Amino acid sequence: MGEIGDILAKYDVLAAFGMTVYLTVFSAVGALLLGTVLAIMRVSPVGVLRSLGAFYVNTVRNTPLTLILVFCSLGVFFILQLNLEPASSPTFLRDNAIRWAIVGLAAYHAAFVCEALRSGVNTVPAGQAEAARSIGLTFGQSLREVILPQAFRGAIAPLGSVLIALTKNTTVASIVSVSEASALMKVIIENETAGTAVFLVFAIGFVVLTLPVGMLFTTLSRRLAVKR
Amino acid sequence: MSEPLVVLERVNKHFGDLHVLRDIDLTVGRGEVVVLIGPSGSGKSTLCRTINRLETIESGSITVDGKALPEEGKELAALRADVGMVFQSFNLFAHKTILENVTLGPVKVRGTKKADAEKRAMELLERVGVAHQAEKYPAQLSGGQQQRVAIARSLAMDPKVMLFDEPTSALDPEMINEVLDVMVELARSGMTMIVVTHEMGFARKAANRVVFLSDGQVVEEGTPEEFFTNARSERARDFLGKILTH
Ligand SMILES: Nc1ncnc2c1ncn2[C@@H]1O[C@H](COP(=O)(O)OP(=O)(O)OP(=O)(O)O)[C@@H](O)[C@H]1O
Ligand SMILES: [Mg+2]
Repeated sequence: MGEIGDILAKYDVLAAFGMTVYLTVFSAVGALLLGTVLAIMRVSPVGVLRSLGAFYVNTVRNTPLTLILVFCSLGVFFILQLNLEPASSPTFLRDNAIRWAIVGLAAYHAAFVCEALRSGVNTVPAGQAEAARSIGLTFGQSLREVILPQAFRGAIAPLGSVLIALTKNTTVASIVSVSEASALMKVIIENETAGTAVFLVFAIGFVVLTLPVGMLFTTLSRRLAVKR
Repeated sequence: MSEPLVVLERVNKHFGDLHVLRDIDLTVGRGEVVVLIGPSGSGKSTLCRTINRLETIESGSITVDGKALPEEGKELAALRADVGMVFQSFNLFAHKTILENVTLGPVKVRGTKKADAEKRAMELLERVGVAHQAEKYPAQLSGGQQQRVAIARSLAMDPKVMLFDEPTSALDPEMINEVLDVMVELARSGMTMIVVTHEMGFARKAANRVVFLSDGQVVEEGTPEEFFTNARSERARDFLGKILTH
């Protein structure tokens, strides 16, 4: 256990996990927004929107996350010169990498959020939509007032799984030089010898992050379940 | 007959190869109560649902209060607000309280102020006898109570006509009358109603006319008394024979 103490004393493990949390939170918000839009497209009565939504989900879901992040960092940032941070900023390279990593993570996980929400929509009986339409709600109002609130509640458990996957998938951001937890782990392994202590520290770190999330979502999905 | 409110002319509809509505002509006057009756699969639900365009039709025309049913969008939504619908399976919004179920339409569709909508909703819930359940959720109510709330939800929109698709057939026997009583009271108050039901007691008490449907066609129509005691067509007599033996 002394080894673990050494690692914690010598390296800023907390800051690295801080970056993991930062990436997770912002990507999760982005993925939730984009995923909701995609889910609405996929259940809309407009054929073109449905196809576009399906195309996005099928493409993105079947592309390795590594490719998507490399594309965000190399393709969009270096080649197309699309920067999300003014180049004059002293932390330009670092911040731009973080922001593009968030975009990539959000874009990728939005596809899974969309599918989780669609499974939630399937828990809502057709009669709910018919009742909504028959009191004169428009398509948009039916979605907002009746379908989506029930769909979100039916999708809480799968959304929790997406969030946990996202937390762990932030480690891929290290390949586009974002210094999150797994990046620090590689540094430590290079500097010290790769003892089990190093792995233990980071494994525990991730469990500490994801376990409560899982428990929270399980409780929420039970509490908020729509009683029929 | 009073001034026509709902008019169907030569309405046709298929589900795939199945011709479910064949040249349906039906006129319902303002304040009239019409009961649709017929064997399972004869097209009663489909006919009912075409009147607020939950089902589209292929040919013919349907007008409500002189206006043809709009195709899509805002106008269709506006028409549906004027046509109440009560379903066999109640379909109360499961995530909203009883009170919210009744105020949703008036607030979102009619633009009524929330306080006014709630006051009116409580009056309607009082009228159907479930005011004391206003804060509960649908799953906490019995079937009969849920269906009465569904009627209040429709009434809150001040509809010109109300459609009922077998409103009591999902209910336990002891709850059927509490719903039928509300419907009879509604009929007496002058509401225009189109009701799919096999409840002859209701038809006799409240209906002006019984329309008998078989294989997607209007086979026969008449007053409840005429129809139940003296049906003219073979198919109607055959059908009545089957439901009367039970
Ligand atoms: N969405 C649908 N797709 C395909 N066929 C349908 C659909 N809805 C109804 N049908 C068919 O159309 C016919 C008429 O159905 P409808 O529900 O209108 O009959 P009904 O008179 O209401 O019968 P019931 O007394 O059983 O409710 C039936 O044969 C039914 O199987
Ligand atoms: Mg039916």
